[in-house]
Amino acid sequence: MRAWLPAVLLAALLCGLSVGMPVLEPLFQWVQPDKQRVIYERESFVFLLQNHLLLVVVSAAVGTIVAVAGGIFATRPFGRDFLPLVSQVASIGQTFPPVAVLALVVPVLGFGEAPILLALILYGLLPILRNTLAGLEGINPSVREAALGMGMSPVQVLIRVELPLAGRVILAGIRTSVTINIATAAIGSTIGARTLGDPVIAGLVNGNTAYVLQGAVLIGLLALMTDSLFEAIERTWDSAWFKATQHLRTEKPR
Amino acid sequence: MIELKNVTRRFGDTVAVDSINLTIETGEVCVLVGSSGCGKSTTLRMINRLLPLSAGEILVDGEDIATMNPEQLRLNMGYVIQGTGLFPHWTVARNIAMVPRLLNWPKKRIDERVDELMTLLDLDPVTHAHKYPQQLSGGQAQRVGVARALAADPNILLMDEPFGALDAITRDNLQLEMLRIQKQVRKTTVFVTHDIDEALKLATRIAVMDQGRIVQHDTPENILRHPASDFVENLVGKQDRGLKLMSLRPVRDLMTLHVAPKQMAPGMEGIKEEDSVRLALSVMLWQDLHQVAVFNAQGQETGVITRERIIQEGV
Repeated sequence: MRAWLPAVLLAALLCGLSVGMPVLEPLFQWVQPDKQRVIYERESFVFLLQNHLLLVVVSAAVGTIVAVAGGIFATRPFGRDFLPLVSQVASIGQTFPPVAVLALVVPVLGFGEAPILLALILYGLLPILRNTLAGLEGINPSVREAALGMGMSPVQVLIRVELPLAGRVILAGIRTSVTINIATAAIGSTIGARTLGDPVIAGLVNGNTAYVLQGAVLIGLLALMTDSLFEAIERTWDSAWFKATQHLRTEKPR
Repeated sequence: MIELKNVTRRFGDTVAVDSINLTIETGEVCVLVGSSGCGKSTTLRMINRLLPLSAGEILVDGEDIATMNPEQLRLNMGYVIQGTGLFPHWTVARNIAMVPRLLNWPKKRIDERVDELMTLLDLDPVTHAHKYPQQLSGGQAQRVGVARALAADPNILLMDEPFGALDAITRDNLQLEMLRIQKQVRKTTVFVTHDIDEALKLATRIAVMDQGRIVQHDTPENILRHPASDFVENLVGKQDRGLKLMSLRPVRDLMTLHVAPKQMAPGMEGIKEEDSVRLALSVMLWQDLHQVAVFNAQGQETGVITRERIIQEGV
């Protein structure tokens, strides 16, 4: 249970700050003394946070399903031929800057939430895909051989053996993907999506450092919270499957 | 009974297994022996359909395995491999319970079976059942591998160099254990190894393979006495054969019986009836004796074995 504490604390701080930002007005007044308005009020922070989160969650969910399915496909006997192609796409895709993805998508889908969602899905898919491949390929071949040879069907091997063993690595991929996408989603504000990037963009345009700061702090907190959430999930995963690993660290086997 | 009829396996242009015929009788331990790349593992993996045949057919108890559901076929064949292939995310108990769980046995019956098997393989259920494979030594892990293969009491046991990665002492112990367990459970076993000594020790019949063909299929004694080709002769060790034959023979065959079994005098050393003649000779040479006392399982001295008799009739 202690594993979840940092995530809960950060979530509380994030919610508290997005509701009670006006309380900090004196502080921002001091940061930006020459402006009349120092608290971003065009849209409530709570709404922006919700929208930001929604974009990230939807893209992560779709990305995870597509990437894990793709990774599983490419490591099955019938999909093996595609393995080099899929892993190359996963690696090359990572070198693409997210802004470039947006620039390519906007002419096709126009402004608003749709292009950023597509960009997030495509961009977030790659770390998950790469880790799914690494996780599944990293399983000791003799384990798969024994599972099949003892009479498990290929589906049972996948669900009972391969996914639990690769799960930790896949989860790490989802963690990377979501963390990157929290930052990337903010760029969506440049093409008309409503996200926590709004105050940052507005601040940059008006020369209002207080706005930039408010947006940046909330995005940073969101990323931190999500990261500690995944930390907690990974630990829970470990203790569910490998109760022994804690002993191992102290016992030093063989 | 397993029958291989004209079984061939090709990988691209290379022929791994070249039209072999082999019959393995029920309850017999057939050891496939040969250098690496001779097709012995390929043959084994065709029996449980991990590899498809290029030509020929394999019958298990008269039924063509190509017509059977591969999962059903494998559930009735224990499978032990060199790397153990234990599931690292499952405890020892759960690993052993794998096939019974797939067969949906009731939980109580599974628990009893796991206990029984761990005891059979000399693993203490209390200390080991809840360990994970990475906490075991190599020998213990392979014992779990064997227990897992025996779990649902399959008719057939397939073993692919199961002791190949173990140190000599552990391997020796596990081989003895195999012999003991085999006496109790009498599984039709196909055992693959490159170690001729292991083959001689465990087999009721040995199939020597070379370049995808079976060059000789016979009992260990006949393989030693009448090797079919130079290849077999080299494999069994041309000049070492005398001692190897001795190690196949139990002391019981050559001992001189006492009229009635005697109680063992305290502090007296001797050998057991089922020990090999080779061991008896070794003991005599080392202790510079002309004869040595032989004991039965109850610890009674039933006779003696002499150096002269071994030299005259040992081979």
